[in-house]
Amino acid sequence: MTLLIKDKDIVVPGEILAKGMDHLPAQGTSRENENIIALQLGLANINGRLIKVIALSGKYVPKFGDMVIGKIINITFSSWIVDVGYAYEANLSMKEATSDFIERGADLSQYFDYGDIITTKIVNVNKQKAIDLTMKGPGLRKLKGGRIIQVTPSKVPRIIGKQGSMISIVKEATNCQIIVGQNGRVWIQGEDPKKVRLAEEAIRKIDKESHKDGLTDEISRSLKEKKK
Amino acid sequence: MKYTKRFDKRKFDQLREMEAKVGVVKRADGSALFRIGKTIAIAAVYGPRALHPSHLRNPEKGILRCNYNMMSFSGSGERIRPGPSRRSKEINLIIQKALLPVLDLSPFPNTVVDIFIELTQTDSGTRCAGITAAALALADSGLPMTDLVASVSVGTVGDKVVVDLTKEEEDFEGGATDIPVAITPRNGKITLLQLDGNITKEDLKKALELAKKTCKEIHTLQVKALKEKYGGDKK
Repeated sequence: MTLLIKDKDIVVPGEILAKGMDHLPAQGTSRENENIIALQLGLANINGRLIKVIALSGKYVPKFGDMVIGKIINITFSSWIVDVGYAYEANLSMKEATSDFIERGADLSQYFDYGDIITTKIVNVNKQKAIDLTMKGPGLRKLKGGRIIQVTPSKVPRIIGKQGSMISIVKEATNCQIIVGQNGRVWIQGEDPKKVRLAEEAIRKIDKESHKDGLTDEISRSLKEKKK
Repeated sequence: MKYTKRFDKRKFDQLREMEAKVGVVKRADGSALFRIGKTIAIAAVYGPRALHPSHLRNPEKGILRCNYNMMSFSGSGERIRPGPSRRSKEINLIIQKALLPVLDLSPFPNTVVDIFIELTQTDSGTRCAGITAAALALADSGLPMTDLVASVSVGTVGDKVVVDLTKEEEDFEGGATDIPVAITPRNGKITLLQLDGNITKEDLKKALELAKKTCKEIHTLQVKALKEKYGGDKK
């Protein structure tokens, strides 16, 4: 019958969030008898009857449809092996990599070589978490130059913001190209190294202070100040 | 033999002074420090990550691997020689079994979660401090858990039932029994109970009640430490 927490409270695993059957458990929570308990360290989010916990930490778990930034770590007979930041590597097959006709026995490294960084999309994750990737889709390509920083994967939605509000503020203020992968890898490229540094600092700040209120305003203010 | 006053002037149901901190190891996925009296445990969690040797892989869920280590300079050096031993292997196993009931690793098949527990300074109750720190580190790493785990040692010293024994009390000449207990604080379930020594049925019941009561205090501190990492409770 009662809600024991407020919206945006920090909750810990095992904390009772609500009693009674009036509320429903969503992501990061579970029902135990009459109670709804938190399963992760994170921020409580109350949306009508739904209660969920937005995690503040945790590793990347691959999901169908995620756009991620990966690194080619191996080439086999008919595919590329890609590191996407999960415990096991992902597979990019010849068919999904390019629409070109590849002759039998051709050197695959002319398409993607060892160490190449790509933006790619997850098309399949099976029960054992074997991941299949594709390069077919808008914006999926090899990345040249720039730098990559790693942030907490669960904070990617915060970095992007509502309809991309947060990331577009950083992009506009720093004149940088930024791509945020769902696996927490952020690629930044810009002409001016100082501005790239500024963009990196801003993203690290969002990562660190994602649980605070009014962060979008604060980021835009601090970027304006530093620009002067 | 009568034990009238504790060596460190505590009450019989009083814990030693405690301290908990989360996020102490920068490169780990989750980490925590827990100090109780002179015992200090630092736990670091890595993973879920690829598991080698691969025959240990479980295609249904991830596994938990614990590594308990007393650092070479820790302890008084009288009884336990620090470092890898038969004893530490046993403790690895019991820590794993104490933590697994609250941990859900089914979303991470074929992987391993590694916990490294290092004790920089020891004055008894090391496995309990280790479990308390490890539970904090696991929560910090963002793994799904149904509860935290708080752990404390209880037992008898002479004729008294006491909580949180020190090394001095364990070596009490009138006889002492040490029982490490780990409890999930929300529903009071026991995930670890070890006993070697003599204790009467009544005393054991009393000791377990005491453990449940004091684990709540440890749990309060654990919750506070976790919330403090993100600026504390707004309430």
